[in-house]
Amino acid sequence: MDDLAAVAALNDPVRRELYRYVTSQGRPVGRNEAAEAAGVARPLAAFHLDKLVESGLLEADFARLTEKKGPGSGRPAKVYRRAPGERQVSVPPRDYRTLALVLAEVVDLLGADEVAEKAAHRIGARLGAESAATGLADLLRERGYEPYDDDGTLRLRNCPFHVLAQEQPLLVCSMNLSLCQGLLEGRGDPGPARLDPRPGECCVVFPQEDSKTNQS
Amino acid sequence: MHLAQFNVAHMRAPVDDPLLTEFVAALEPVNTLADAAPGFVWRAIANEDDPEETIVHEFGDHLLINFSIWESRETLWNFVYKSAHLAVLQRRREWFLRVAEPYTVMWWVEEGEIPSLKEGWSRLTLLREKGPTPDAFTFKEFYDPHGDRA
Repeated sequence: MDDLAAVAALNDPVRRELYRYVTSQGRPVGRNEAAEAAGVARPLAAFHLDKLVESGLLEADFARLTEKKGPGSGRPAKVYRRAPGERQVSVPPRDYRTLALVLAEVVDLLGADEVAEKAAHRIGARLGAESAATGLADLLRERGYEPYDDDGTLRLRNCPFHVLAQEQPLLVCSMNLSLCQGLLEGRGDPGPARLDPRPGECCVVFPQEDSKTNQS
Repeated sequence: MHLAQFNVAHMRAPVDDPLLTEFVAALEPVNTLADAAPGFVWRAIANEDDPEETIVHEFGDHLLINFSIWESRETLWNFVYKSAHLAVLQRRREWFLRVAEPYTVMWWVEEGEIPSLKEGWSRLTLLREKGPTPDAFTFKEFYDPHGDRA
């Protein structure tokens, strides 16, 4: 399926809500849970979840959702999670990704990491200052990071620069950290964003805002 | 098949110079992290009793060698870029010179096979001379065990 058709599958509001819920959990989600979260009946949720799989936006699998084993534990349930890969639609056609790859390679060839980090910090500060988002999590959500709370630490489920981070991981992760530190500064709240890499996530983490209030 | 990786880093000073103190101090924690990382198979160790001792070789002065074997590209990638090892990599310019030629090479080995240091060096030379091929490649231009570009 082409990117436009895949993205168009999200036009239905129920489907969009199901997609949003499943992808925000960071683990496989069953039909009952997704139906409840979207406030629709289970058969309708199942229909839309399978449409999202057909579109290539979600991936389906079977898993036991209860601890029970042996007879009476029932058959494995169908579960859903975000499919790998990314979809991009631009009308008219635009291709910022290729140019970004070229520029990242130039920075690497020049050994200009520090200059790139400073530029990322400046641009982050501008984006942070311009944003109308009230909380840090909203600001990060606006930038595509998909923040979630992990025991008092704000972690980011999504790397908005994934393709570039695969190509130039050291440069891109450092620039991303600088950009995030810039975002904090731009909203008048310079805080200790830091790198704490984990597989499959963005490397940057933040202390939670409320825990910071407690310290002051 | 398992994935072997061999890399050389050009130190800015002899390994016992104060410039490299913090790097040497990071060797033990980082190696401990590698040993416990998912997919880790083997790494070259200079001295079982001294984690700060570096590998002795005949390939040149001030060259630090790092040689290890992993179950897959993904497990190696996750250790290199998605663990606390990243923090050490980010400080690389403090301790190592920038070099224009490739300094890391990968190739596939049979499970249980431990290549020699010499083989690592000749794979790196092959990469430097011929560019990435199924016999000597990089993360950026990676080949699967069947010799196909991944």
